[in-house]
Amino acid sequence: MMPFLRRAVLALPLVLAAVTLAALPARADLAIQEVKSPGGITAWLVEDHNIPFVSLEILFKGGTSLDAPGKRGATYLMAALLEEGTGDLDSQGFAEARDALAASFSFSASTDTLAVSARMLTENRDQAADLLHRALVAPRFDQAALDRVREQVLTGLRSDEKDPGTIAARSFDRLAFGDHPYATPGEGTLDSVAALSRDDILAAHQGAMALDRIYVSAAGDITAAELSALLDRLFDGLPATGAAMPEPAPWNLSPGVTVEDFPSPQSVVYFGHRGIPRDDPDFFAAYILNEAMGGGRFSARLMREVREKRGLTYGIGSYLVPMDHAELYLGQFSASNDKVAEAIGVVRTEWARVAAEGLSEAELAEIKTYLTGSYPLRFSGNGPIADILVGMQMQDLPIDYAVTRNEKVMAVTMADIRRVAARIFLPDQLQFVVVGQPSGL
Amino acid sequence: MLLRLTLALSAALLFARAGQAETVTSFTLDNGLDVVVIEDHRAPVVVQMIWYRAGAADEAPGKSGVAHFLEHLMFKGTEKIPPNAFSQMIEAQGGDDNAFTSWDYTAYFQRIAADRLDLVMEMEADRMRNLRMTEDDVTTERQVILEERAQRIDTDPGALMGEQLRAAQYLNHRYGIPIIGWRQEMEALSHDDALAWYSRYYAPNNAILVIAGDVTPDQVRTLAEKYYGPIQPSDGIGPRIRPQEPPQLAERRLTFSDDRVSNPYVYRTYLAPERDPGDQKEAAALTILAALLGGDGQTSHLARALQFDTQIAVYTEAHYDGGSIDDGTFGLIVVPAPGVALAVAEAALDKALADFVENGPDPAAFERIKTQIRASEIYARDDVHGLARTYGEELAIGLSIQDIQDWDDILGAVTIEEVRAAAAGVLDPSQSVTGWLVNPDPDAAAPLPASDATAPALEETTE
Repeated sequence: MMPFLRRAVLALPLVLAAVTLAALPARADLAIQEVKSPGGITAWLVEDHNIPFVSLEILFKGGTSLDAPGKRGATYLMAALLEEGTGDLDSQGFAEARDALAASFSFSASTDTLAVSARMLTENRDQAADLLHRALVAPRFDQAALDRVREQVLTGLRSDEKDPGTIAARSFDRLAFGDHPYATPGEGTLDSVAALSRDDILAAHQGAMALDRIYVSAAGDITAAELSALLDRLFDGLPATGAAMPEPAPWNLSPGVTVEDFPSPQSVVYFGHRGIPRDDPDFFAAYILNEAMGGGRFSARLMREVREKRGLTYGIGSYLVPMDHAELYLGQFSASNDKVAEAIGVVRTEWARVAAEGLSEAELAEIKTYLTGSYPLRFSGNGPIADILVGMQMQDLPIDYAVTRNEKVMAVTMADIRRVAARIFLPDQLQFVVVGQPSGL
Repeated sequence: MLLRLTLALSAALLFARAGQAETVTSFTLDNGLDVVVIEDHRAPVVVQMIWYRAGAADEAPGKSGVAHFLEHLMFKGTEKIPPNAFSQMIEAQGGDDNAFTSWDYTAYFQRIAADRLDLVMEMEADRMRNLRMTEDDVTTERQVILEERAQRIDTDPGALMGEQLRAAQYLNHRYGIPIIGWRQEMEALSHDDALAWYSRYYAPNNAILVIAGDVTPDQVRTLAEKYYGPIQPSDGIGPRIRPQEPPQLAERRLTFSDDRVSNPYVYRTYLAPERDPGDQKEAAALTILAALLGGDGQTSHLARALQFDTQIAVYTEAHYDGGSIDDGTFGLIVVPAPGVALAVAEAALDKALADFVENGPDPAAFERIKTQIRASEIYARDDVHGLARTYGEELAIGLSIQDIQDWDDILGAVTIEEVRAAAAGVLDPSQSVTGWLVNPDPDAAAPLPASDATAPALEETTE
């Protein structure tokens, strides 16, 4: 990192910055409380009475991977139907009631979770929570709504068939995961979604939204006592247990390059191999290593080598993807058809270099400073705070994690980096899925 | 002199406020730099944004894309900042940064711990006048923007049609030219082109500095005078007078055909008045019109008519873009249900629009929108970065702080009749462009639906 020799002209030397930033609290007044309701629901709360509303985040573990055999897409469609009416309110009646309270609710299912996000004004919080309760516990799942939303899902799936980025991601999953749900899209397939019945949706609701898999957080204008009462009202009536969790996914991905023809001047590339579990003792070192390789920063190695030095792409990144039943280490970029081969070569070179050499001391110091310094920036409002809190709970992190997390980053040593680099960067295991009309591959 | 303003919020009487509404302060340095400070002391974080009053619509003929190209090159370095090290230095301080370009402005921002504001201000002020870029930088970065164009536009038939449609919408104004540029002009952009753009427009008297977060106006003033204060103003800054649209007298139609289209759709835009300083009433009515016509997937007028009362469409949308210096656009999208022809979908759209113009909005829907407008002020306060962006963008298009702070009241005062009148005014076919996105292979179109329940009610729309 020679360029930093010239930083002396600037006001703040890097070394000083590293010391002060590591000591910076995650948020000046971030105090996370654990709230237990009389009915047995646990939630994490950050009280902040500055703005008269509360953000609520609810996660149900499992998500689209809970789909029963032959029913791919049922959980996804079910989640999309939660806002389509409850009790005496049909789709439009529900939307009108929500809008009249100026509340916002969103429901979505992804690979391992079903997520519910809500924002409710303090002035009508009880009414908004009541409406949300009815949507969660007693959705109507009217046939007309089911058919209408099903058409929207199918429209999305048809778009996906012509979208090179989605084609690449789906191919990668298919190659990797055999007959596990991870091998197919959570939205389902054109055939499976067309065949879903109302009974399938009801079964998905019972299977996915149960009290034995729920995680809740809140941030904003609500007290612990108010939240405690709200929790029991919100989830009253959900089943105690749901569908069994899936088995660990098989791993079938072999190294190489897979080209899928697609008429486009540019190719989309997905690449990767196996990753590392979130609860692995080496996860922090791996996280730092990935930040150096392909994190979101312009100065990450892949951005520097592929974009800044050679102009081969607009953007390139890599991601540790620890899921509940498998772990991936993934990367992605787009490049013109005549440049893909060169870009892939650069990725291979960088992968092998870090596997063999790890990082330089300066690079490790720089990334630690970035990670510890940027962490507080994430806690930028009630919505983001609630989101972070619920994620921490689902990952089984301790309630003081936000305070200790930076210490864990700082504790990673050069020896850790060298050891873990050899463990997680596996250049001869890389698979590249290329969707486009690349030359020279 | 510090001019201290506290946001005057229409919701003050309707909602219990915490007594800590965000405070906005503004002042101007002697060299012409406008400074806005938005205080939010909840977290020790600060956002710096600098907005240059120069965007793609200010480019000379033949030089499309140069505003955006220069935005990329601004990360190359200065005498003090080594090549490609700008972002790295921010990141090494635990911050992040980026930039974006539009037709009317180019903006740069950093988010960082509040006690690092000194550093990012020094760096941003430094690159306002001291940018260094080599021929190699220009050659490599030109490849990057061409890859960006390929990724964002050339691989996406919807984006390609959007470009063609916009070019047809604007007969004379440079809003018709894509921000990223036409490919053949991007390929020819040179070092001199980028430097000429930079030298002319990057100056304190052509910029707005927005600082938001855990800072006080006094701190910002001291730092701004230290770092930005010594920079000399440019004498190349004049009023932003661009070629204006002539009367638009002829409806335009186009069909974009591409093998990669899976779901054909209809996309129509109309030329629409923009928000003007001191005169935002019509823009406010158009904003509410867009929300009522196509803002919600369940309750909007188009959703009811095309997705609930009939099953003509799987998706409808209305949007209004009035955040511009010159004429904006009002847009409508209809994605037909499988088996429904685009002509049928478009006829149903026209029927629904005619119905709205004749009968006006549903009063209950109108009241719900008003409630949401009031609540949005509360929710907006949770996102100081978003507030910084709102102030920067709206100041950059020529609105005043007073205009920005009046906007919620103006929205709140719009009447049902004004919305109906705005619809009647803006939905003028002779000022419109209608695009059809299609697949050349008729067999590639979406199949007829399997179940009777989703069969479109064709009869209702062909009458």
